[in-house]
Amino acid sequence: MSVLLMLTRHPVLRRVLEAALTLLGVSVLTFTLLRVLPGDQITASYGIEAGALSPEQLADLRAYYGLDQPLVTQYVHWLGGVVSGNLGVSATSRQSVLDMTVAALPNTLELAVLSIAIGLLLGVPGGLFAASRPGATRDSGSQVASLLALSLPTFLVATVVSTWLANTFGWNPNGEEFATLAQDPARNLQQMLLPALVLGVSIASPVFQTARASILAIRDEDYVRTARAKGVPSRRLQYRHVLRNALIPIVTIGGLQFGFLLGGTLVIEQIFSIPGIGRQVLLGLNQKEYAVVQSTVLVIAVLFVAVNLATDLLYRVVDPRVRAE
Amino acid sequence: MSATSTVPARVVRTSRRSQLLVALRAPSAVVGVVLTGLVVLLALAGLVGLTPYDPARQDVAAALQGPSATHWFGTDQFGRDLFSRVCAGLANSLRIAVVSVGVAGVIGVLLGVFAGYFQGLLDRVVGVVTNVLFAFPSLLLALALAATLERSWVTVSLAIATVYMPIFARVARGPVLSLRSVDYVTASTAIGRSRLSTLFAHVVPNMRGILVVQTTLSLSWAILTEASLSFLGFGTPPPAASLGGMVYDSQTLSTVAPWMLAFPGAALVVFVVGLNLVGDSLRAAVDPRSRGAR
Repeated sequence: MSVLLMLTRHPVLRRVLEAALTLLGVSVLTFTLLRVLPGDQITASYGIEAGALSPEQLADLRAYYGLDQPLVTQYVHWLGGVVSGNLGVSATSRQSVLDMTVAALPNTLELAVLSIAIGLLLGVPGGLFAASRPGATRDSGSQVASLLALSLPTFLVATVVSTWLANTFGWNPNGEEFATLAQDPARNLQQMLLPALVLGVSIASPVFQTARASILAIRDEDYVRTARAKGVPSRRLQYRHVLRNALIPIVTIGGLQFGFLLGGTLVIEQIFSIPGIGRQVLLGLNQKEYAVVQSTVLVIAVLFVAVNLATDLLYRVVDPRVRAE
Repeated sequence: MSATSTVPARVVRTSRRSQLLVALRAPSAVVGVVLTGLVVLLALAGLVGLTPYDPARQDVAAALQGPSATHWFGTDQFGRDLFSRVCAGLANSLRIAVVSVGVAGVIGVLLGVFAGYFQGLLDRVVGVVTNVLFAFPSLLLALALAATLERSWVTVSLAIATVYMPIFARVARGPVLSLRSVDYVTASTAIGRSRLSTLFAHVVPNMRGILVVQTTLSLSWAILTEASLSFLGFGTPPPAASLGGMVYDSQTLSTVAPWMLAFPGAALVVFVVGLNLVGDSLRAAVDPRSRGAR
């Protein structure tokens, strides 16, 4: 017990333990949530034929799938399987969920990385631009633009832009069969362009707000005034002293947006027919495939917790002040 | 630094409430109030059934007509009047947003306030629960919950409420941590007022500003979430009108009937932009850090 107490004292270990506890809660929630879904595994895999089964056959099947066990036993069994890499099997495609996820995840990650890159490329220069003259037209103008970008639903932008491009220019790369980056980079990047732009624009908004706020805050710091007083040239001051320190919260917001992206891909992958992990959840829900939905949701949550943990720990490395606390 | 503002930046020290009202006089807030008011008016018309047509009434002879004097926003593929359906869709958005944010706000704020004020085990439990709920991307959690429950506007509201509850809890907990040791709060318990009564008499009223801002912004997020769920087919079930569902339906008919996409989409954007403009101005009034720059 005292060892455990000692562990919770250390800030990094404490954060890791907290993440582990969160993951445990996530697994319980995912498990119970999808046990409640209307229709069980038997009706899902036998369809309407399930109605023709005799009570004995039904009982046998329930025993086969372990549905007659107490919920706690089912949970422990399920978790044991998950930890050893058994995420279940899709009843329609007879593919293991692990294989499906391994195939889908790179597409989603590619989309996420491209979107974050676009978000940073739009948001950081925008923040610099707005913060260069606080209160001026360029500042309020970019603030209005950022508010608009935040208010536009991604599914609406995606629908409008893709139908417009397809109808006016006949350009619809996502109508063709999807190609992964390894299969056909040229086609893949064309297919990723619009989705990444739509998600990137919506991420640009929080990045812009953070960049602007942190630049404005750091500009007023004592060390910046000192540097200016001792004659550091303006450009060097901007990059070396202001932007470099302002980047810390910007990197954090980039990491935090990852979660938003994993949610955003649900909609975007669906619209642009990208076989990623978000689409896997939706397909699973539509086909009432327990195993697929349950495991994929769990994978997404684990990914999210891991990225947040990594962002937190990275923050400690980048900003010595956090370590001192 | 900025000499552009016409109103004096610092008004005589006034109460929190009038501080928020003053914030609503900023030009962007006025635009926000007007936009929101306009859309809410249409939503209320949809809610009480004061629309030119029954939003569910089909008239195949009048299918896919463009905007005209008889059908202001045109008609859809079943000949249903789009203006009436946009009103009904807005009513659906408004109803779900108000119920979900109301439930999330009350439960979340109570949990956050109690956790921050009484600390101890309660604080830890609330902390773990919020962490677990935060571990899911919000749209994914709302989707999983909405798919689990029997589909109706109430369950969609509850699903969205579950997603926003931890946000309210976290937003409410923070200020309580600093307020609980402020002199007038300790003085209140010292002269014999109970801790619970002190909490609601002296701590919670001082958080009004933050909570008003959070509520306004949450309303716009809730509207966006509901629309996304409906678009994906997991929102309010048809034939009830929902803005997200209408955008989805318009996709295949975009060349024949672009108005089917334009009007529901515009209604949605106006609603969210309006609320965000109001929320942003309120935040500028409440959060002194973002005020100086304006």
